[in-house]
Amino acid sequence: MPAADLLSSQGLRLDGRRPNELRRIRCKLGVFTQPDGSAYLEQGNTKVLAAVYGPHQASKSKMSTEAVVVNCQYSMATFSTGERKNRPRGDRKSQEMSMHLRQALTAAIKTEMYPRSQIDIYIEVLQADGGTYCASVNAASLALIDAGIPLRAYVTACSASLGRRSATHEPLVDVSHIEEAADGVCLTVASLPSTGSIALLEMSNRLHMDHFNIVLTRAMQGCRDIEVILDGAVRQHLAEGWTKQDVITI
Amino acid sequence: MVSHHIIILVYEFVVHNSQLAKRELKKTLEMVSHVSIKLASERVNHSVASNNDPPRFYTPGEVITGIQDFMRGHGTYAEDDCLKASVAGVMQKVNKLICIRPLKSRYVGEIGDVVVGRVLEVQQKRWKVDTNSRLDSILQLSSVNLPGGELRRRSEEDEQMMRKHLQEGDLISAEVQNVFSDGSLSLHTRSLKYGKLSQGTLIKVFPSLIKRRKNHFHNLPCAVSVIIGNNGYIWISPHKSDILMEGNKDAIENYEIQPVGKSERETMARVKNCILALVASKMMLDDTSIMFAFEESLKYDNVKELLDPEAMLDVAFLTQHRINIIAEE
Repeated sequence: MPAADLLSSQGLRLDGRRPNELRRIRCKLGVFTQPDGSAYLEQGNTKVLAAVYGPHQASKSKMSTEAVVVNCQYSMATFSTGERKNRPRGDRKSQEMSMHLRQALTAAIKTEMYPRSQIDIYIEVLQADGGTYCASVNAASLALIDAGIPLRAYVTACSASLGRRSATHEPLVDVSHIEEAADGVCLTVASLPSTGSIALLEMSNRLHMDHFNIVLTRAMQGCRDIEVILDGAVRQHLAEGWTKQDVITI
Repeated sequence: MVSHHIIILVYEFVVHNSQLAKRELKKTLEMVSHVSIKLASERVNHSVASNNDPPRFYTPGEVITGIQDFMRGHGTYAEDDCLKASVAGVMQKVNKLICIRPLKSRYVGEIGDVVVGRVLEVQQKRWKVDTNSRLDSILQLSSVNLPGGELRRRSEEDEQMMRKHLQEGDLISAEVQNVFSDGSLSLHTRSLKYGKLSQGTLIKVFPSLIKRRKNHFHNLPCAVSVIIGNNGYIWISPHKSDILMEGNKDAIENYEIQPVGKSERETMARVKNCILALVASKMMLDDTSIMFAFEESLKYDNVKELLDPEAMLDVAFLTQHRINIIAEE
């Protein structure tokens, strides 16, 4: 059921955004030198680092002759949440997150191109303010592009919730921590926006069937908006790193 | 220089308290005077690109063209009757073949490339070598020059002596002999210029910064020799005279365990820092660009100063300028 107090009478949300507004996204590619690809992404106050190693030789036990093995590790810094965490990784929640990340990223990576190889993706959440999964997928997507790993398309993730204003229901995009904690519904979608396919769909709390479509549509719209922002960042990164000599060698 | 403000504030506060603390603080102040801490917003932008006309960039999932009369090359795939990009980069077109080349990726080997690699494993009749490639490379026992014999059959004893020849962790220079169907490389060291590397320093850069040239072994005029591996591994070592290269094995072995002098090591460190400066600005590496950077860096007396972001940008910028002048002529 949608929580009653997520929208004010003026139609603004708890942090002052309109229902269809994303939080500010700032990102940077190539933040580390050691991994093959890396990215930093800020979505409001949620801050995430992603590092990609590979594709490299897979260990014998994991090796597959058909496709590349994607290995994800999601970890939250002990100082990332309001209450200090005592296990940054390995707990149930992180394991589940790692699994879901792998599912979304494997959908985007052209896995059939690299048999007998392995790609390691490490995610570190520096500050958690709601939507850590979404920020992690977006950061990992950028890190994979930085590493030059072939992708079908951008994979982006976005969450959506439902608020009520007088008698009408209105979907809210990019749920923040206070909205998550207000016991509202939260629908998380990871998708490849340019093909329109969904890689992962997850919902917490119950939602009436009648409202499901508008919430899903809003989340998908959020994914498309995020793709535009990430695409801009990638193009800027390419323009900065491109020296004229490269063009001559063609 | 935020740190200085803070320290000065603390300093003034402590002066009123005790002489002892003052002395302590003075010591600390001297220790940190050479440390520079910068705000994130004041970070140096290393880009030296003269962006008058950046090429057209493609990003993953972007439609390049219809499929009808083009062939798909690396970095592209076909879907819904369209040719789409799968990596972010610029397009290269050879007649009907379309490729997208990313800014950086793992090393993709070609026959005849010079590579520098590290021995990972000693196996039956072969070594596994890390060459920054997608899969581990292989060096067959039959494709190395064993000490002593010029051309002879490899015996059982040679197999047992493999670890004596090349151990796990050893660095080697080699040439790509063959590329297997799965993309892994087979190497050979059947020449005097290839083989085990003894004293020197290794830098890892991404392979797209290295141009394919006729020669990848360079003796720089500053008495340092450099092996620019196509796989992005660069080996810097003190200059070896040619007489020794052709001389007998004992002389070479003796020479290789000689300690390297301080001035030589400083020159090597300077070359290394110059390469790091060029890499930070994403400039192509070859003997000319390294030598230009080295000459430009000489105005910094202390090699350590070259690790300052400002100095790195300065060296890279001056090098780029000199390369541009050459290109115009």
